[in-house]
Amino acid sequence: MGTRTVNLTVNGQAVTREVEPRLLLVHFIREDLSLTGTHIGCDTTSCGACTIIMDGKAVKSCTIFAVQAEGRSIETIEDVAKDGLHPLQEGFWEKHGLQCGFCTPGMIMCSKAFLQENDQPTEAEIRWAISGNLCRCTGYVKIVEAIQYAAEKMHEKANQPTQVQEQEVVA
Amino acid sequence: MSDTEVRITTPPDVCGMGHRMKRKEDPRFIQGAGKFVDDIKLPGMLYLDIVRSPHAHAKILNIDASEALALPGVLAVITGKDLQAAGNLHWMPTLMSDTQMVLPIEKVVYYAQEVCAIVATTRYIAADAIELVKVDYEPLPPVMDPFEALKDKVIVRDDKEKKTNHVWHWEAGNKDATDEVFARSSKTIQQKMYIPRIHVSSIETCGMVASWDKINEHMTIYMTSQAPHAHRTVISLVSGIPENKIRVISPDIGGGFGGKVPVYPGYVCTIVASLVTGKPVKWIEDRSENLQADSFARDYHIDAQMSADENGNITGLRVKTLADDGAADAAANPSKFPAGLYSIGTGSYNMEAAHFEVDAAYTTKPPGGVAYRCSFRVTEAVHMIERMTDIMAHDLGEDPAAFRLKNFIRKEQFPYHSPTGWEYDSGDYHRALLLAMEMIGYEDLRKEQAEKRARGELMGIGISSFTEVVGAGPSKDFDILGIKMFDSCEIRVHPTGSALVRIGVQTQGQGHETTFAQIVAEELGLPASSIKVEHGDTDTAPYGLGTYASRSTPTAGAAAAMAARKIREKAKKIAAYLLEANEEDLEWDVNKFVVKGSPNRSKTIQEIAFAAYTNHPQGMEAGMEAVNYYDPPNLTFPFGSYICVVDIDKGTGEIKVRRFVAVDDCGNIINPLIVEGQIHGGLTMGLAPALFEEIVYDENGQNLSGTFMDYLLPTSMETPKWEVGKTVTPSPHHPIGAKGVGESPTVGAPPAIANAVVDALWHLGVRHLEIPITPQKVWKILRENGIDE
Repeated sequence: MGTRTVNLTVNGQAVTREVEPRLLLVHFIREDLSLTGTHIGCDTTSCGACTIIMDGKAVKSCTIFAVQAEGRSIETIEDVAKDGLHPLQEGFWEKHGLQCGFCTPGMIMCSKAFLQENDQPTEAEIRWAISGNLCRCTGYVKIVEAIQYAAEKMHEKANQPTQVQEQEVVA
Repeated sequence: MSDTEVRITTPPDVCGMGHRMKRKEDPRFIQGAGKFVDDIKLPGMLYLDIVRSPHAHAKILNIDASEALALPGVLAVITGKDLQAAGNLHWMPTLMSDTQMVLPIEKVVYYAQEVCAIVATTRYIAADAIELVKVDYEPLPPVMDPFEALKDKVIVRDDKEKKTNHVWHWEAGNKDATDEVFARSSKTIQQKMYIPRIHVSSIETCGMVASWDKINEHMTIYMTSQAPHAHRTVISLVSGIPENKIRVISPDIGGGFGGKVPVYPGYVCTIVASLVTGKPVKWIEDRSENLQADSFARDYHIDAQMSADENGNITGLRVKTLADDGAADAAANPSKFPAGLYSIGTGSYNMEAAHFEVDAAYTTKPPGGVAYRCSFRVTEAVHMIERMTDIMAHDLGEDPAAFRLKNFIRKEQFPYHSPTGWEYDSGDYHRALLLAMEMIGYEDLRKEQAEKRARGELMGIGISSFTEVVGAGPSKDFDILGIKMFDSCEIRVHPTGSALVRIGVQTQGQGHETTFAQIVAEELGLPASSIKVEHGDTDTAPYGLGTYASRSTPTAGAAAAMAARKIREKAKKIAAYLLEANEEDLEWDVNKFVVKGSPNRSKTIQEIAFAAYTNHPQGMEAGMEAVNYYDPPNLTFPFGSYICVVDIDKGTGEIKVRRFVAVDDCGNIINPLIVEGQIHGGLTMGLAPALFEEIVYDENGQNLSGTFMDYLLPTSMETPKWEVGKTVTPSPHHPIGAKGVGESPTVGAPPAIANAVVDALWHLGVRHLEIPITPQKVWKILRENGIDE
C-alpha cells in the first residue's frame, strides 16, 4: 500500500511522516509518535478514550485518518502539564476523578476544550460536555467535581488582575 | 459523607488508616504516563489477529489460509490442528476444571468463537489477512435456551463422554426443614426472574504481549491480568514451560471487574505465536471482539418462593435456578462452589430454613460466569432476595421499610449462622436502613408518592438492604484449581526509613498503591508517602491469587497488617537494645517505642530501621523485612441499605432516577476518598444492568449487542448524583477490622432500582419486571393499562 506525506503540529512541534492513507490518527499518535497517553477503548466512536484537541476542538482520534490532520495542530495529554499540573489535572487528582486511569486522558482533553469555550459551566453543562466519554470506574460524579474544581480555578486566575495591570492602577 | 465515624489514629504526616489521602498512583495517569498492555512496544514485535466464527454452532469442513499467507507481512497462521500438533494445546482447562477450546478442529460452539490466528508484521496487515482466510462451515442447530438445552436434543459438547447438556447440580441448605416450614406458613409467594447475561466492558479490552527468549528459554508476558500469579501457574501447567522461566507482568490495568480473571483463547494463541516465531507478539482485542467473545456474566434463571407467618415474619426461602454456562463452565468461582456464593441469598433476614438448588446447562453461547464486579454470584442472590422481600411486603400490605426492619437479623444475633451455613461476622442492619431513611426523608417521600398517585403521576420508592459476602477465602473451603485462596504481602524497610511493600493482589483502579501504603503506615508509623507499593510482576511480588470478588483488603490487606506487625515485633527488640530497656517496659506510640513512664526515652521507627542495618544486637539477623501469607479465618460480610426514588414518564415509559441514597458499611475504612469512589463506581455498575445493559442473542445465536452502539453503558447523562452515607461495623476477625467494598454497590443497587419501578407501578397490578427495565417495557405496561399522555 502506498504512502502519503503528512505534515502537522503535535504538541507544538512540527512533525512530518510518511503514512498509509488508511492509518487512523490514533494509531499514528500512539505507534508512529509513541505518545501512548491517548487510548483506544472501542471501535465505534462511542467511548472517547482517544480524545485529543485538534485546532482547539476536542475530537475522537479513532475516527480521523492521520492524513486528514494535514496542516492541523493537535494536542495530546502529554502536553497538558506546562509549568506544573494543569488545573484539570489537579482537579482529577484532588477530587478522585479517576480510578483505573484508562479513560482519564480522553476525559481531560475533552473537558479542556470545553472549558476553553465555557469557563463557568453548570453541572448539567459539564455532564453534557463529557457525555461522549465513557468511564466504567467512577460513576462520573467525581469527574464532574474535578471539572468544576478546574473551572473555578481557571476562572479565578483569568479574572485576577495581572501585576502589570496592578502597577498601572497604582500609577 | 460524614467522616465522624472513621477511626483515625495517626497524624496527617503519617497518614495511616482513615485519612482522605490523594492517590499516589494518580500523577502518571493524569499526565498520560500510565503503562497499559497496549502501550508495551518491544523490538521486532509482531501482531496477532483472530478469525472468528459467523455461526453459533457449525462443523468446520475446511480452513484455507493460503491467500492470507501469501499476503506480504503475514508470517504464520495458527489453527486448531497446529495447536494439537504442538502438544494438544487446542484445548485448555477452565478455572472451574472444565475444558474449553483454544482453537477448534471439529466444530465451533459459539458466535465469534476463535477459529484461527494470524501473525503479521503490523496490526493492519493482520487485520487484512483475517479477511482472506476462507473457512467452510456446515451449520448445526444453535442451542440458545438453557431449558431447551436440558432436553438434550442437540448436544453442545459432544467431545465429552456424557452426551448431555447438563453440567452440574448443586444444593445448599436443608430441603426437608424448608418444606416443613413452607407447609406450616400462612403466606407463600413465588416469582420467576431472569438475571440476564451482561458484559463487564472495562474501557480497556483484553490483551497480551508475549515474548519468548529462545536463547534463555524464558517467556515474558505482559497481560491484562487480575491474577498474574495464578495465570503464571496455569500457563506453566498448560505449556510445560517451567514456572521459573515464565514472568507474567500485569502492568496498569484499565479496569477489570472480573473480565480479566479467566484465561481466554487469544492469550494462549499469543503465547504459542511467540514460541513459534521466536519474536514478541502482541494481541489486543477490538471492542467488538471483547463484547462478542468473552467477559460475560450472570445468565441465571431463578424460580424463588418465600414463606411468612401470620405476623408477617419471613420463615423460609426455596430457590431453584438454572445457570446458562454457555459452551463451557468457565466461571472463576472457587472450586467447591460451582454456583459461587449464591447461597448467601437469605440475605439480611432472619428465617428458619432455606434451600437452594442450582443446575447448569451448556448452550451455544460464549462461556459466561465472570463476576461483573461481584463476589461470585452474590448479585444474582441479592436481586432475588430483595425482590422477594419487596413482593412479600407489598402482598402483605406492609411498608417495605417497616417490613425489612421487622425481619432483619438483629445486632445481637452476630456472629449469625445462616440457614445455608454461613457465619456472618458482624452487622447492624437496622442502623444502616434507618440512616438511609433519614438521609432521603422517607416518610415525606411516601406522602409525596400518595399525593402524586392521586393525581395519576408515577413515582416509586425502592429499597435494597443487602448482605455481601467477600474476602475469599479460608483455605479449608476456598481454592481455585487447587491453589488455596490466601494472599500475601512482603515489606522491606530500608535503612533510611522508607519502605517497599509488595503484594500478591493486583489493582485495576482500586488504588492499592495508596491504601496498602496507608495500612503499613498505620501499623509502623512510617509516612504513607514514603512507602512504595508494587504489584503485578510475578518475578518480584509474593504469590497471591489476585484481585477480584472484593478480596484484596480482606486477604492481602490483612497480610500487610500482619507483615507490618512482624516488623514491629523485631523493631521492639532493637528498640529495647538501643534504649537499654526491657521489652516489657516499652510501649508503641504511633511511630515510636517509648519507655513506659519516661516519655523522653524513645526510638522512632526510622531510628530503629537505621539500627537494623548499622547497629543491630549481636545474635539477631540484620535487616527489616517480613512476609506474610494470610489465610483468613472467615469471609467478611459487608452490608448496606439503599433507597432509590424514580419518576416515570407516562408518555415514553422513561425512568428517571431522581435520588439514590446509599448507606454502606464496609467495616473500618482505610481511605474514605477511595471508598466513596468505589461506591460511586459500583452504584453505576448497578444502575447499568438495572436499566440499560443486556447481551441479546437472536434465535441463530448472533450477538445483537456486540458494540457500544447497542450495548449501553451509562454515560454522565444517565448517571444520577449519588448520595452516600455510612455506618462502621468492624469485622471482628480481620486484623484491621476492614471488610472490602468494591462490589457491595453493584450487588445492592439493581434491586433498589427495580423495586422503585415496581413500586411506582404496583397499583396497576405489576409485581415484577425483568431487568434491564427499559422504557419499552414500561411503555407497554402503561398502554395495556390505558395510560396515555
